[in-house]
Amino acid sequence: MATEQKMTYETWPASPEKQTLEAKNKFLGFWFFLGGETVLFASLFATYLALKDKVPSSDMALAKDLFEIPLAFIMTMLLLTSSLTSVYAMYHMKNFNFKKMQLWLGITVLLGLGFLGLEIYEFNHYVHEFHHSFTSSAFGSAFYTLVGFHGAHVAFGLLWITTLMIRNSKRGLSLYNAPKFYVASLYWHFIDVVWVFIFTVVYLMGMVG
Amino acid sequence: MSTLAQKKGFGAVLWDYLTTVDHKKIAILYLIAGGFFFLLGGLEAMFIRIQLAVPNNDFVSAGLYNEILTMHGTTMIFLAAMPLIFAFMNAVMPLQIGARDVAFPFLNSLGFWLFFFGGVFLNLSWFLGGAPDAGWTSYASLSIASEGHGIDFYALGLQISGAGTLIGGINFLVTIINMRAPGMTYMRMPLFTWTTFVTSALILFAFPALTVGLFLLIFDRMFGSNFFDPAMGGNTIIWEHFFWIFGHPEVYILVLPAFGIFSEIFAIFSRKRLFGYSSMVFATVLIGFLGFMVWAHHMFTTGMGPIANAIFAVATMAIAVPTGIKIFNWLFTMWGGSITFTTPMLWAIAFIPSFVAGGVTGVMLASAAQDYQYHDSYFVVAHFHYVIVGGVVFALFAGAHLYWPKMFGTMLSEFLGKITFVLFFIGFHLTFFIQHFLGLWGMPRRIFTYLPGQGFDTSNMVSTVGAFFMAAAVIILLINVVITSVKNEKVGNDPWGDGRTLEWAIPSPPPFYNFKQLPLVRGLDAYWLEKMEGKKGMSPAEPLGDIHMPNNSFVPFVISFGLFVAAFGAMYHNEHSWGIPVLIVGMLITLGSMFVRSVKDDHGYHIHKEDLEDNNDKGVKA
Repeated sequence: MATEQKMTYETWPASPEKQTLEAKNKFLGFWFFLGGETVLFASLFATYLALKDKVPSSDMALAKDLFEIPLAFIMTMLLLTSSLTSVYAMYHMKNFNFKKMQLWLGITVLLGLGFLGLEIYEFNHYVHEFHHSFTSSAFGSAFYTLVGFHGAHVAFGLLWITTLMIRNSKRGLSLYNAPKFYVASLYWHFIDVVWVFIFTVVYLMGMVG
Repeated sequence: MSTLAQKKGFGAVLWDYLTTVDHKKIAILYLIAGGFFFLLGGLEAMFIRIQLAVPNNDFVSAGLYNEILTMHGTTMIFLAAMPLIFAFMNAVMPLQIGARDVAFPFLNSLGFWLFFFGGVFLNLSWFLGGAPDAGWTSYASLSIASEGHGIDFYALGLQISGAGTLIGGINFLVTIINMRAPGMTYMRMPLFTWTTFVTSALILFAFPALTVGLFLLIFDRMFGSNFFDPAMGGNTIIWEHFFWIFGHPEVYILVLPAFGIFSEIFAIFSRKRLFGYSSMVFATVLIGFLGFMVWAHHMFTTGMGPIANAIFAVATMAIAVPTGIKIFNWLFTMWGGSITFTTPMLWAIAFIPSFVAGGVTGVMLASAAQDYQYHDSYFVVAHFHYVIVGGVVFALFAGAHLYWPKMFGTMLSEFLGKITFVLFFIGFHLTFFIQHFLGLWGMPRRIFTYLPGQGFDTSNMVSTVGAFFMAAAVIILLINVVITSVKNEKVGNDPWGDGRTLEWAIPSPPPFYNFKQLPLVRGLDAYWLEKMEGKKGMSPAEPLGDIHMPNNSFVPFVISFGLFVAAFGAMYHNEHSWGIPVLIVGMLITLGSMFVRSVKDDHGYHIHKEDLEDNNDKGVKA
């Protein structure tokens, strides 16, 4: 099927994200990439668990001193909601409703920005209030690396989705760009899943010691 | 559009290779770059052996010896063996499954350039203040303490080239799953394709662990973090775990494709179907799975305790079972076959006893209690050279001779090929067999010299003499390549006469679109089946139609170059103020070119049916 072809609501297939061979490859390849990313984050989690609360002197802040549930909860809610809105966007993509897809993607980006803003505030707070920094202890290094890698993934995802939205704003949906949107939303879900683990392992388990 | 070779200027050829997304040309790039690094690593090996030839030698200083030793291991594993294996995977695997290209031609090119720039970056350390000197394993307790920028070159260079390898792995996985020709079911795939498949899965799940380990090392050395600094709460053992969670699967990443190449060779030159095909597939998958369960056997003496040691010891020994299945299947493939002793077949036959010797010492090392005796001695050096040289390097030589005609359209001289084999085989065993005993007599690995009268003198001299045999063998291979290229006698589709799989059903080298019509695969050894029924080639599975091809692109080169620049910025930012700006500029080059790639639509182009018919009339000779 030619990818350049103009589509209408009637000709739009049920799974627009995997109509061409290129699209199928992209779809499968991206799942594999996420498999590799899983190992990457698993390694970072292992590092964090090994170095949690490992600080050079006893007067330094530990996990139980640092983390507060309200902030982490708001961040979690923002990111989980953004995952839901990206599902709405994909629903509209499958129904060939470009405008609504763009709208929901826009909301996704805003929620993601909100999350990122809170994360920056959070890091800043730890550094200035608790002197808990990347270089202050092994605990600090492991914490900022794990959560920071996730934050960098969020930032990259925001750039990616925004680029897709701007690039395609005048051209509408086609079988060429549908898989691109779909894969970006997969990535966004993955980031969300990683955050669920961070929320559990870093924040909740940090609170209980 | 004509596929006939046209005379092109040097600049045009160079530009073609810098921008190519054709898997066959990328294979040639991998072969050249990997071959170059193989020579470099070999040169470093010669320096090591010359230094150790006699006691109290001062051919190189202790510090320089550490650098040479580290770079020999790092270069051979990451920059020679892996790219050379990737060369054969790229050259052969898409042809074996009847595909026109890999799933992601652009990423294929990106993977190569990342590897290339990573390798160049690593080797620039020789000219910029000294190479890494903490061993190829670069244990954190050593590497954090190492002065200068050697380890920085190691960490950043491997990070860049590792990203390329990961991309290659994903690419091959998707290619094999999505792009098999009609009728090519999983259980009809040639063994080399199967091993490529399992290897790619290993790459996908092993390399991210190295990525994280290298990031931690980079952060500790260049950005002030404390992962490996016990005084700040850090723990150096974390590095060892990550390194071996990657490093042990890496051994299978190297040796499984070697098994694949040998499986092809045994079947072709015994003129028999591979014995126990399905058990071979099963054994390959099982080795791949178990390969992830055994990393800590490299760390028996670290002090993990008897329970962990016992578990990892048993898991390690279990790998001998699927490997044994393979060995016997190869033997039974030859049994009753009509064997021709071509150069690839000689390598394959020599591989069996050599690799089994390495496997047996592997089981010895797997016994945790015994391992305390062998650890860090020359016994270990002998063991891993028996598996990596006796397994992987033998396969690379065999594969080079076997697939040379498919890649370049000319046959390497069989006469010179056999001389290479004899010299290398003798040299290999002369060098490494005695090292088992050196280890048992107490010679530690990684020492730069030893005192006379400890019983090491003669054995080390023997070992060094063997190394010269291997060097001579490689020089003869190079002469062979030059002579073959100058003669340039073109060969047909199936130059060995007994090709069994799809790659031998199409011209050597294949046209850039590989298959004019996708072939219909009717069973294992698809081409052999057709030949046995008296047909000349494969039956097409589709009518002649337009072929969709990807466009060439210079972007992969630029993306990789950006990271190369950024790595310099990261390395020097602590002592030079231009460090951070260079880091940012490099990342901007990379991200900017990724951005350009994203916003520019690239639909590729079509070769039209009429042009393909046109070629048919002329007959494809070139």
